[in-house]
Amino acid sequence: MKPAPFDYVAPRTLDEAVAALADGGPDAKVLAGGQSLVPLMNFRLARPSLLVDLNRIAELAYISPRAGGLAFGAMTRQAAVERHPNLATTQPLLAEAIHWVGHPAIRSRGTFGGSLAHADPAAELPAVAVCLDAVMRVIGPKGRREASAADFFQGYLTTALAPDEILEEVWLPPLPPRTGQAWLEFARRHGDFALVGVAASISVDGDSVSEARLALIGVDARPVRPREAETLLIGGTLDERVGAAADAVRSVIEPEADIHATREYRLHLAGVLAERAIRLAHERALQAAPQALDVRRTLESMGRYA
Amino acid sequence: MPERRRIELSVNGRSYQRAVEPRLLLSDFLRHDLRLTGTHVGCEHGVCGACTVLVDGEPARACLMLAVQSDGAQITTVEGLADGQDLHPVQQAFWEAHALQCGFCTSGMLVSTVALLHERQRPSDAEIREALSGNLCRCTGYQNIVKAVRLASSRMHGAGD
Repeated sequence: MKPAPFDYVAPRTLDEAVAALADGGPDAKVLAGGQSLVPLMNFRLARPSLLVDLNRIAELAYISPRAGGLAFGAMTRQAAVERHPNLATTQPLLAEAIHWVGHPAIRSRGTFGGSLAHADPAAELPAVAVCLDAVMRVIGPKGRREASAADFFQGYLTTALAPDEILEEVWLPPLPPRTGQAWLEFARRHGDFALVGVAASISVDGDSVSEARLALIGVDARPVRPREAETLLIGGTLDERVGAAADAVRSVIEPEADIHATREYRLHLAGVLAERAIRLAHERALQAAPQALDVRRTLESMGRYA
Repeated sequence: MPERRRIELSVNGRSYQRAVEPRLLLSDFLRHDLRLTGTHVGCEHGVCGACTVLVDGEPARACLMLAVQSDGAQITTVEGLADGQDLHPVQQAFWEAHALQCGFCTSGMLVSTVALLHERQRPSDAEIREALSGNLCRCTGYQNIVKAVRLASSRMHGAGD
């Protein structure tokens, strides 16, 4: 299995990359970490005429605080995200989800932006973006624009990126006060694409839930934000409402059967994982200071790593 | 046919200059152009882990990188682990713990293990399994592989907790 022939450029600046992509015509393709695109090329499911390789563009790899949140250059390696200090306190959902992206050898090449731009419906990072209402900054021949995560992911491997546009940055908003987050996933083998994955972010005010955000993967052509389930959680105590929220999750998703699981199994699993993720995020929100939260220890105490 | 590009890189401490087609995978470059056939090619789409090498010290799938992308890089393959006739502690441990049968997955297992023990000196069994979850073995079974990683870890970094 070898890729079909293609032309190749590795610009040093983002401006050069935008120009090269525009000049390359409709079959030119951006190469980020290559952990999804190169397999497609090896199978010859993708046959780009030109690859614009972003790996030499140093200005696209950074993690910097911005407006209280955290901005990630699109070419930031997933391994760099994983190693970023204090991520478990500043962006606990991302810190937990990133361990589920592929394997170490995938994360050392794979990039944050590449995963978002590829938009696999079973990939973790798009769900993190959707759950937290991330903001994507995109650049093209006509300049820059911003897109919300809700608008960015449009369908199976399809985003709001035009063929001549490049994802430049993703910004995650700050963690609200008294908020707990959780990522839960089930895959046949750790690092495989999820059968179902659930992101939950729960904020509390006193004993009641003041904000709930959920996102699911593996159950539709793009990450799903079950708004009705989120609304059901707000106001009351969790025990009264979590069952109804899980039912609402099941009612809104359209999973497909494949070799790994039936449609019914995925529906069931989505509800179960959603309920667990909501409970775990809620428990974490109730813990005194969010700064004291240690995601890995919490997981270990649940026996996931035991 | 797109023109060949000149690349210069270091593999196992030795410098190479070659001209390569853009579509040439790093895995094929290592095996066919440099005749370093210790890097095995299994699935050629990033799933099996047999072709794992170190690129500037980080583990990477050689089948998911283009040779042109390795221009200026320092690559370590399984051939670069031993010190002359002396096996790397990870290789020695795999031998002693019977962590290989057919050997097809072994080069990827060894390189991934070297990367793991660099990142985390005394990994738990769960961490070992997680770190090697991207390396498929179809005949040895994983028990002895985990044992070998533990053995290498204790020899390289002292007894764990």
